[in-house]
Amino acid sequence: MSLLKVEDLHVYYGSIHAIKGVSFEVNEGEIVTLIGANGAGKSTTLNTVAGLMKPRSGAVTFDGKAVAGVPASKIVPQGMALCPEGRRVFQQMTVRENLEMGGYTRPASEISESLDDVFTRFPRLKERHRQIAGTLSGGEQQMLAMGRALMSKPKLLMLDEPSMGLAPILVEQIFDIVQELHRAGTTILLVEQNAQMALSIADRAYVLETGNIVKEGIADDLMHDDDVRKAYLG
Amino acid sequence: MIQFLSYLLNGISLGSVYAIIALGYSMVYGIAKMLNFAHGDVIMIGAYMSFCAIQYWSLPPIAAIVLAIVVCTALGILIERMAYKPLRTATSLSVLITAIGVSWLLQNIALLIWGANPKSYQSLVNFGSLTLFDGQLHITSETFITIAANIIIMIALTLFTGKTKMGKAMRAVSEDKGAAELMGINVNATISMTFAIGSGLAAIAGVLLCSSYPVLMPTTGSMPGIKAFTAAVFGGIGSIPGALIGGILLGLIEILGKAYVSTELGDALVFAVLIIVLLVKPTGLLGKKVHEKV
Repeated sequence: MSLLKVEDLHVYYGSIHAIKGVSFEVNEGEIVTLIGANGAGKSTTLNTVAGLMKPRSGAVTFDGKAVAGVPASKIVPQGMALCPEGRRVFQQMTVRENLEMGGYTRPASEISESLDDVFTRFPRLKERHRQIAGTLSGGEQQMLAMGRALMSKPKLLMLDEPSMGLAPILVEQIFDIVQELHRAGTTILLVEQNAQMALSIADRAYVLETGNIVKEGIADDLMHDDDVRKAYLG
Repeated sequence: MIQFLSYLLNGISLGSVYAIIALGYSMVYGIAKMLNFAHGDVIMIGAYMSFCAIQYWSLPPIAAIVLAIVVCTALGILIERMAYKPLRTATSLSVLITAIGVSWLLQNIALLIWGANPKSYQSLVNFGSLTLFDGQLHITSETFITIAANIIIMIALTLFTGKTKMGKAMRAVSEDKGAAELMGINVNATISMTFAIGSGLAAIAGVLLCSSYPVLMPTTGSMPGIKAFTAAVFGGIGSIPGALIGGILLGLIEILGKAYVSTELGDALVFAVLIIVLLVKPTGLLGKKVHEKV
């Protein structure tokens, strides 16, 4: 069953037509990845789905409800979380406060249980829960950003370039965590420039090029597709 | 010596008013990244409202203060909705010019309603005065109450932003609106809330200011507004303790400068301080430098 369905999405930055009729879907329990070069429109697509940007036209259906153009703050409580590009943790707040903000839409009584869950998954965050987030390392900030997104107990977790700027060993770690989350039942939509990594853990993939989807299919198949190999896997 | 003590208390009291006003500047700057130059005029409206409540409607002082707070809070929300919200994505220069426009609008509305003649403001917090050292030192109740109000407000706001869910959301919005929106925080409502709190504080500042310096006219708010802005920059704009320290220091410099240097140069000293701070430490005394980490 499809949890997220995007149909013929058009997004503009002023007069620039950034997303030109993108359609894709994410089924419950899947890991789906959008891959593509810098500027292909991956982040714009995620930001629009999450409600940070308004589409000019097109439909976004999440969990049976039309959410195109609905502001992010109203979509989050329905079970969608975006862990944004560049992590964007609240630099001047503590690790714990960051996580509390992640659970903003949930009743206070459920917060401490979710905090425990996140701390179990990311022991590093527990050690540093009183530290100011801006003083964490890049990898720790990525974990915090993911933990923060998990605090809303999302049905769909969208990750925008979680490996960006991280050392290879940390990239592995982050991708392991993504797979663990997936096994625990979270549906995942992953945007990555590191196509190799993304395809290796995804069920299905879409290739985005200058605002259009140019290819889609089973992740394994795309990994062995000549065009994809040439363009993205080097 | 006793004379000095008296100046010191007056300076801290005046500085407390600046600090309360500076808080409004600072909070609004922190969250909306704009300088709300109409903030000083909200103080003036608050003072006029409490003046009318006492003079024309014979309300008790406490009711007059509450009325001033309610009117200013509503006014703050209204100004944000009508003048600033449509400019959320505009350049900061457009917002700045709009803020100056709102300031002029408020002054001229006041001129229209209450006229240009100064009103003599009757203190709302006059409970006599304390006399010490065989009558050499008079401390008025206004001085005490202003300082006490400042302390209470600072503690309350520190607790609010540090402990409550809404206060934390406010800090989140002031750091990163997009990320805050992704947490499910209603950013527009949070910005409105900040304007409401800042304007409510402005009403209190207006009452306290005019209770100590009882001349009320349409331009009453502009000079304290600008000085409080100086205090906010001095202490580090966006910081609550910064507003407190900036405000108090500025009040002290002004009063002591007037007493010991020159009456005429008191205001000039205040702005000289601003220039020096901006040259030496552009982020203010407690200002934070935000590091970007990738």
